[in-house]
Amino acid sequence: MTVAIDRATGKRRGDHEPRPGLGRRLKRGYQKHWYAYVMIAPVAVVLGVLVVYPLVYGFYLTLTDANSLNTARTIGVNHIDATYQFIGLDNYADILWGPTAYDRFWSHFIWTIVWTAACVALHYTIGLGLALLLNQKLRGRTLYRLVLVLPWAVPTFVTVFGWRFMLADGGVINSALDALHLPTPLWLEDTFWQRFAAIMVNTWCGVPFMMISLLGGLQAIDASLYEAAEMDGASAWQRFRYVTLPGLRSVSSTVVLLGIIWTFNQFAVIFLLFGNTAPDAQILVTWAYYLGFGQQPRDFAQSAAYGMLLLAILIVFTSFYRRWLNRNEQQLAI
Amino acid sequence: MSTTTAESSAPVKKDSVKAPRRARRRGENTLAGSLVSHGVLIAASVIALFPIAWLVYLSLGPDKDDYLHPGDIWGKMSFDNYSFVLQHTEFFNWLKSSLIVTLGTTAIGVLIAATTGYAVSRMRFPGYKKFMWILLVTQMFPVAVLMVPMYQILSDLKLVDNYFGLVLVYCTTVVPYSAWLLKGYFDTIPFEIDEAGRVDGLTPFGTFLRLILPLAKPGIAVAAFYNFLTAFSEVAFASTFMLSDDKYTLAVGLQSFVSEHDAQRNLMAATAVLIAIPAALFFYLVQKNLVTGLTAGGTKG
Repeated sequence: MTVAIDRATGKRRGDHEPRPGLGRRLKRGYQKHWYAYVMIAPVAVVLGVLVVYPLVYGFYLTLTDANSLNTARTIGVNHIDATYQFIGLDNYADILWGPTAYDRFWSHFIWTIVWTAACVALHYTIGLGLALLLNQKLRGRTLYRLVLVLPWAVPTFVTVFGWRFMLADGGVINSALDALHLPTPLWLEDTFWQRFAAIMVNTWCGVPFMMISLLGGLQAIDASLYEAAEMDGASAWQRFRYVTLPGLRSVSSTVVLLGIIWTFNQFAVIFLLFGNTAPDAQILVTWAYYLGFGQQPRDFAQSAAYGMLLLAILIVFTSFYRRWLNRNEQQLAI
Repeated sequence: MSTTTAESSAPVKKDSVKAPRRARRRGENTLAGSLVSHGVLIAASVIALFPIAWLVYLSLGPDKDDYLHPGDIWGKMSFDNYSFVLQHTEFFNWLKSSLIVTLGTTAIGVLIAATTGYAVSRMRFPGYKKFMWILLVTQMFPVAVLMVPMYQILSDLKLVDNYFGLVLVYCTTVVPYSAWLLKGYFDTIPFEIDEAGRVDGLTPFGTFLRLILPLAKPGIAVAAFYNFLTAFSEVAFASTFMLSDDKYTLAVGLQSFVSEHDAQRNLMAATAVLIAIPAALFFYLVQKNLVTGLTAGGTKG
């Protein structure tokens, strides 16, 4: 029994005797680890029922031509049975290679990649810059921290709503630009400026998380390392390059991965900023939602197929990311 | 108030402690450097604050087109919008459902995330790696795949239009990240504490409840904060799964308000400000723990 708890470093103790048979191993594993299983049971059950099962079912939907006209539904007292059919991988083929596939999928795909890369790069650099500033001994830094974290503290739909006011045609941003005799773009109508505005708003929303995470990482770097570097005559840049950045590596690799996943799936900002008025500024997630819920008839199958593709992209990316980290002898904190 | 005390105490401490050892080193770029730091931080603070302050300001203008002429609001500020929203809409109903759902998610989410986080932090059981991978992958699920099947499951379980159903749905989105966050925090608590507990005859659950949980307060606070905010500001699930309008959450309420009081931007602004208040309150309750709690695990790697 005492072997069950193990150091977080993962070294198993007392595990070297010859391997017993399968039945014995199972029984032993159960005896050794039953409370671990009990502790993760609630999560496993909830995730299993509400995530894994829907995922399997969602995958099944992608192999059919289900939409809101042929799925089972109840109108008044009449119950109509589902009439959709199994069509194999046609949905995927249609999305990836079908006619107008570029307009429907690839253009959104490219924009999603650009959006993710731009947002995460901005989040990270701005967040790191602010974290470095806040990590100094500085008057009123608690106050700065409180204010800078505000975009995170206020719900996204409220702040995005505020941004719509500011970006509207007669809103404060264009009035200010006008007063400075600068061009006043149509933020909420013109495709390029829609994309620009979306990245801007999402950057504004996402920086605090990075800032606070990296600040925590900075504070965990041992101060004696800096002293040693100073003794060796390292310049400020060298201290940053050879002490700060390596010290932040594990925090960085984790928050960047989370940032990429969250930004890739960032639904609220674009959906709330433009609604249905910006077909070209939709990233894949909002586009999939539009197909499944924003149009008539609702195309469940295609929407779910988009979702599966999104998930596949993310899983492939994450595997490569992990492998790349492992090659550099880093462990992801996950 | 707090800033003035910080100002007076910080330099004294710095001088007395630092002066003997490396007097010049850190002092060299103090004036120019700190001016630049303050400048950048003030600019960033203004950017962070402005959209919210602007929303508050606009919400004080009584006419629906005031947002186009913000200069005029200054002369005729009033709280009319707020009293209208509070008296003539379902605001308190929305607030009630929001609070039920959000606090439910926070409580249940933190509880099961904490046990999970503890299990994966302290015990290496078969399936451990797969489980961590699943926790990560669940965060990648796009809304669109899960919405339809989830709706069907919930309606089979008679949980559509039910607070508990929505709480469960939110748990699936918040628990993986909270569990991972708490695992990181539990990793920083010395293992000897567990051993001491075991030696004194506590069960694993007892160790967890009586020793580890009290020590993990900052981590718990951050997880609670994350759960609260996520549940509070979620729109897509809430608008799909809550059907009757007295069960709308605030996020959905605001959306319905947009169509109902079309173009009444002043009222929408006031509602938005009212919605932001509970979230901001909760945030400032836990913000002290945010820095330590959020990255405790990540720093170990």
